[in-house]
Amino acid sequence: MELFNHLIFGFSVAFSLQNLLYCFIGVLVGTLIGVLPGIGPTATIAMLLPLTFNVPPVAAMIMLAGIYYGAMYGGSTTSILVNLPGETASVVTCIDGYQMARQGRAGAALAIAAIGSFFAGTVCTLLIALFAPPLAEFALKFSSAEYFSLMLMGLVAAAVLAHGDMAKSLAMVVVGLLLGIVGADVNSGIKPFTFEFYELADGIGVVTIAVGVFAVGEILGNLSDPEERQVFTSKVTNLFPTKDDLKQSFGAIVRGTGVGAFFGVLPGTTPAIASFSSYMIEKKLAKHPSRFGQGAIEGVAGPESANNADAQCKFIPMLTLGIPASGTMALMLGALMIFGITPGPQVMTDKPDLFWGLIASMWIGNVMLVVLNLPLIGIWVSLLKLPYRMLFPAIMAFSAIGIYSVNNSSFDIYLMAIFGILGIIWRMLDCSPVPMMLGFVLGPMVEENLRRTLQVSRGDPSVFVTRPISLAFIVATVLILIVMAAPAVRKLWRAASAG
Amino acid sequence: MSSDEFKRRGISPSTPDPSTLAPFGFRASDFEMKTELRNNKDFWAGIMLIAIGAVSIFIARSYPFGSTMRMGPGYFPSMLGAILVLFGTYVTANGMRTGEKIAVHCSLRASIVLSVSLVVFGVLMTYAGFIPALAALIFGSASAGREFKFVEILLLTLILTTLSAAVFISGLGLPYPLIKGF
Repeated sequence: MELFNHLIFGFSVAFSLQNLLYCFIGVLVGTLIGVLPGIGPTATIAMLLPLTFNVPPVAAMIMLAGIYYGAMYGGSTTSILVNLPGETASVVTCIDGYQMARQGRAGAALAIAAIGSFFAGTVCTLLIALFAPPLAEFALKFSSAEYFSLMLMGLVAAAVLAHGDMAKSLAMVVVGLLLGIVGADVNSGIKPFTFEFYELADGIGVVTIAVGVFAVGEILGNLSDPEERQVFTSKVTNLFPTKDDLKQSFGAIVRGTGVGAFFGVLPGTTPAIASFSSYMIEKKLAKHPSRFGQGAIEGVAGPESANNADAQCKFIPMLTLGIPASGTMALMLGALMIFGITPGPQVMTDKPDLFWGLIASMWIGNVMLVVLNLPLIGIWVSLLKLPYRMLFPAIMAFSAIGIYSVNNSSFDIYLMAIFGILGIIWRMLDCSPVPMMLGFVLGPMVEENLRRTLQVSRGDPSVFVTRPISLAFIVATVLILIVMAAPAVRKLWRAASAG
Repeated sequence: MSSDEFKRRGISPSTPDPSTLAPFGFRASDFEMKTELRNNKDFWAGIMLIAIGAVSIFIARSYPFGSTMRMGPGYFPSMLGAILVLFGTYVTANGMRTGEKIAVHCSLRASIVLSVSLVVFGVLMTYAGFIPALAALIFGSASAGREFKFVEILLLTLILTTLSAAVFISGLGLPYPLIKGF
């Protein structure tokens, strides 16, 4: 069995002492920021990325991934205990999770959330191991025309499926593509859009943009929000779910995992969409839908499985095709490039230790989260009492040190400030920065593949529709655009993604 | 979930009810066209997109354009700029049609204080060293908060600066002088 050989190889990589340590740090930090509202995984990964430059890429990627799915676990803890979602993906968990906590069943809710997430994590690890190799093998045959069409599809899908106005999201992809052009042009030696700043000759750093827009922008948004949050905590007693609980949740966990895996591979969808859809499905399927909102355990089990499945399956297109499906994945892709690894289907054959080690580490990380989370709940909840006014200066300090350390340059700090301001302006104008990030990371590759294709075809653009695979991507892109532009679909989607 | 439920949970809803957005209890019809535009979300989003597109076309004009077969460095940005101008025009028009207002507040004070703190950090890193730069940044950003509690901020600055120096300089070995000249 090739599958098991791959997984065994992956586990042998992931079980090295160093990788286990970084996995542990990752899930710990992830849980922490999942618990704390006001800082998300994208900002955290951007902030910590520069500090991983001197560790081996495998360990660094394992840690960054741990932050991402760890945040999904942490988010559920606060949703259930204090009715405060640490991450948007856990908003739905508040509804029934908090009701359960108020009825004295916080322990059962937390345990079922952890069990559901673990189940989803295990299934998705297997899914990745099963589907990534054939997908990557298929993609290895692509030429630049197919790549261009594939990236176009990924970018368009990400923009139109993302929450918010379609035209603005598409425009933000273009803004990102433009930002990606900044820096030296390999073919001509001209340095476009550098404004004579030698610091810009290598382009704008992905970390600088991400920290500016997500960390600084988020802080500005929070400081501008006049409402103070208040925290009420309930006591956790009896951590074990009853047999009935488990029986009731089993179906929800399986369905939630399926829903999450499906949305996971779609670009542009957030874990929030997956968890919301799962909640709606459980409510529809329930014999007594009125129980929902009153502490129905399926309302915790389904969405929590779904958001973890989504988070993990997002790695499939990123690792096999080099197409990021979310802002966080765009950042992970940027991290790969910083480590000198060209993203795409060749990662699996060129860097099998990174590919399989990362996948195996996700399962190990999930085990750690289950073991870690339940006993440490008390600590996480007490962390919530830390007021935001003490938290955000620390985020600022860590971000600034991180950014400065990339090039030892103050120029990057000024850029970070500029992107922070842009971040809050974009927030005000409802222009999502996530499609911008995707465009920015893919920008140079999009340009390169377009240039190469047209060079080979002697300037004839029809090559994109005469090659069958490329044509399929173009058709899919157009279909996605048409379907999502239909007012009825648009309305439904907007309702779903608004939670 | 209704927007009320969101508010109770302390989260701002991602699609706010337009009727609650008019500031100070005025209705949109109370204003003339001009004031309406000042707060019009998509109008400004569109203007911003047009501006970015126009600037990139303008700058790209000084680079060789090439041909479709041999794209010069000016080709891609010109195309993207044109697309942006198109999108921007559509978004602007859309904004004038729907008249949706800007719902997210931005604290001008926080934006300025935070950016200035970052700039001061950058300058001090070059001329004064790690400790003064970081202390200035932490003190500066902390004072961008809603309440200014001098003693608390001072303590926070002290603790965080010491902690960071220990973690980043001693622990991770970043090669920055703690204070320049010493």
